[in-house]
Amino acid sequence: MSKEDLNKHISESDREKISSSGMDFSEKTRSGSFLQEDAKVLFSRALSESMDILSLEDARRTFPRFADYWGKAFQRAGKEFPPDTEGGYFIRVKKGQTVELPIQACLFLKAQKFRQKVHNIIIVEEDAKVYLITGCSASKASKESFHLGLSEFFVEKGGYLNFTMIHSWREDVSVKPMSVAVVEEGGSFVSNYVCLRPVKEIVMYPTALLEGEGARASFNSLILSHPGTLQDIGSRVILNAKNTQAEIVSRAVSTGGKTVARGHLQANAGEVKAHLECRGLMLSPRGVIQAIPELETSYRDVDMSHEAAIGKISKDEIEYLCARGLSEDEAQSIIIRGFMDVNILALPPAVKSEVAQLEEKTLYEGF
Amino acid sequence: MLSLENLAVAVEGTTILKEINLKISAGEVVILFGPNGSGKSTLLKAILGLSGYETARGNILFRGEPLNSLPTEERVRKGIGMMFQHPPTIRGVRLHQLARYLEKDTRVIERLSEKLSLSAHLQRDLNAGFSGGEMKRSELFQLMLQEPDLLLLDEPESGVDMENISLMGKVLGEYLRRENKAALIITHTGYILEHIRADRGCVLHSGEFGCMGNPKKIFETIRTSGYEKCKECHVQGRPE
Ligand SMILES: Nc1ncnc2c1ncn2[C@@H]1O[C@H](COP(=O)(O)OP(=O)(O)OP(=O)(O)O)[C@@H](O)[C@H]1O
Ligand SMILES: [Mg+2]
Repeated sequence: MSKEDLNKHISESDREKISSSGMDFSEKTRSGSFLQEDAKVLFSRALSESMDILSLEDARRTFPRFADYWGKAFQRAGKEFPPDTEGGYFIRVKKGQTVELPIQACLFLKAQKFRQKVHNIIIVEEDAKVYLITGCSASKASKESFHLGLSEFFVEKGGYLNFTMIHSWREDVSVKPMSVAVVEEGGSFVSNYVCLRPVKEIVMYPTALLEGEGARASFNSLILSHPGTLQDIGSRVILNAKNTQAEIVSRAVSTGGKTVARGHLQANAGEVKAHLECRGLMLSPRGVIQAIPELETSYRDVDMSHEAAIGKISKDEIEYLCARGLSEDEAQSIIIRGFMDVNILALPPAVKSEVAQLEEKTLYEGF
Repeated sequence: MLSLENLAVAVEGTTILKEINLKISAGEVVILFGPNGSGKSTLLKAILGLSGYETARGNILFRGEPLNSLPTEERVRKGIGMMFQHPPTIRGVRLHQLARYLEKDTRVIERLSEKLSLSAHLQRDLNAGFSGGEMKRSELFQLMLQEPDLLLLDEPESGVDMENISLMGKVLGEYLRRENKAALIITHTGYILEHIRADRGCVLHSGEFGCMGNPKKIFETIRTSGYEKCKECHVQGRPE
């Protein structure tokens, strides 16, 4: 539908929900958009020639090499995936093109008990560079809904993909994203994940396969776990080529929910560098944080490390701030905000302030 | 401004300070000497009311008002400020952020950070990887923005190189010359005495003051003859 029809179609409260997952309806700060509600693609357009943004169905009909990509990343990772999806986006950034402003995509749950199943494909061709923000959110009416999101990322030789996913669900929604990124020689894949709103259950273990020499991947996550939430969230990088690098950084805060923070680095080649860092902050006696870092290799010349730490807010830190005149509550909140530092995410500057604002709003409501 | 009356402080069940009596008037600077482990930091922490350093007996009065049952932040709001000997690292919280809590005018923050060669540290996480000297300068920086009337300084110059001591001494000296500021300063090296005017010195021995008098003379005695000699007190006799 047209932009005008879209504006008429979306209610005020839905618009607010969708914006809370990073969508800029004005598109002023974006170079393209995609919006899907339940199974229906409402809107998609590219604001420049450097890229294609289509629904997966349209891409299947019009993009000649579609079969070279569809399902191929999952196959390479040895993962089964359901073929019966409805919608999802297809984004292709053309060879050598740098897209300065981010592309935005949103997958929205609208109807009660709806089971959304999408398949997304993102192709960053040789030496192309792009930022993508995907927001996932749910309307007030979408009680007990379910979202299954399949994503396949292809970062070709020398390409750069910076992918930010903002989850903004509701307390009775269950979601299961499943994604694999294939990164070729000299390519970079950066994934930033933010989940600050309540959700019933999230299970995900996105994987990056570093297939060419010099490829890199980094996964950065900020996770807030509310009472009644189960988040089983991991990141995995398989380093299949020499000279590749991987980094996984996560921050989890529990105000009463359960978070399992997994991380897995597997080196199947020498001369690689990989680090995993996972920190958890417990704010409630009822919460649970479980950190499960794994390193794996049969090569000798690798540099792989991990650090994991879970704790409550240190009393010394609170007192130090109180000694500067802050109240105990102020001290606690500034420390939590510091812990959930948006700077651990590798965000483009414009998006960084949006995410910081979003975080500020969520934390402000929460404490 | 501050008076300590028969103050006793126990830490983890052990009495560290037995009977402390001290008065500091507005405009006065008092130097606190004493061997390692004698309870100097404990005294400062007790005045600020940090947890674990509660008053066991006696009184802490600030401008005539008892502080004993007030939480730290309220004591701070009444005008007491402390420079920590071992400040904690707080990740994700920039020095600049905390500075903005203490002072709304960013020009003041910029000017002072420049003066204390901390401009580059404003964007760093609080105390994260700060060198010993940087930590001290950052403590002084925060304190100056806080503008307390009574300054509690725990070894402000230890681990600081000569150049930076005079930098800090200059900033501190200027501040103390302002009207009605008072300070209680712990020092082992005595260097700070060369940069600020100190009115009195006192020596802490096994939980009590052994001596009070001219700070330079006391320091000289400690320097030449050690704390043992100082116990006998050649300077001015027992405190009142
Ligand atoms: N939190 C604490 N837990 C246990 N013991 C403590 C604690 N704080 C202080 N003490 C003990 O109280 C005594 C006095 O310590 P304090 O830090 O006040 O000494 P100080 O005079 O400042 O020494 P220094 O010159 O080495 O800084 C020491 O024996 C110290 O170990
Ligand atoms: Mg001490």
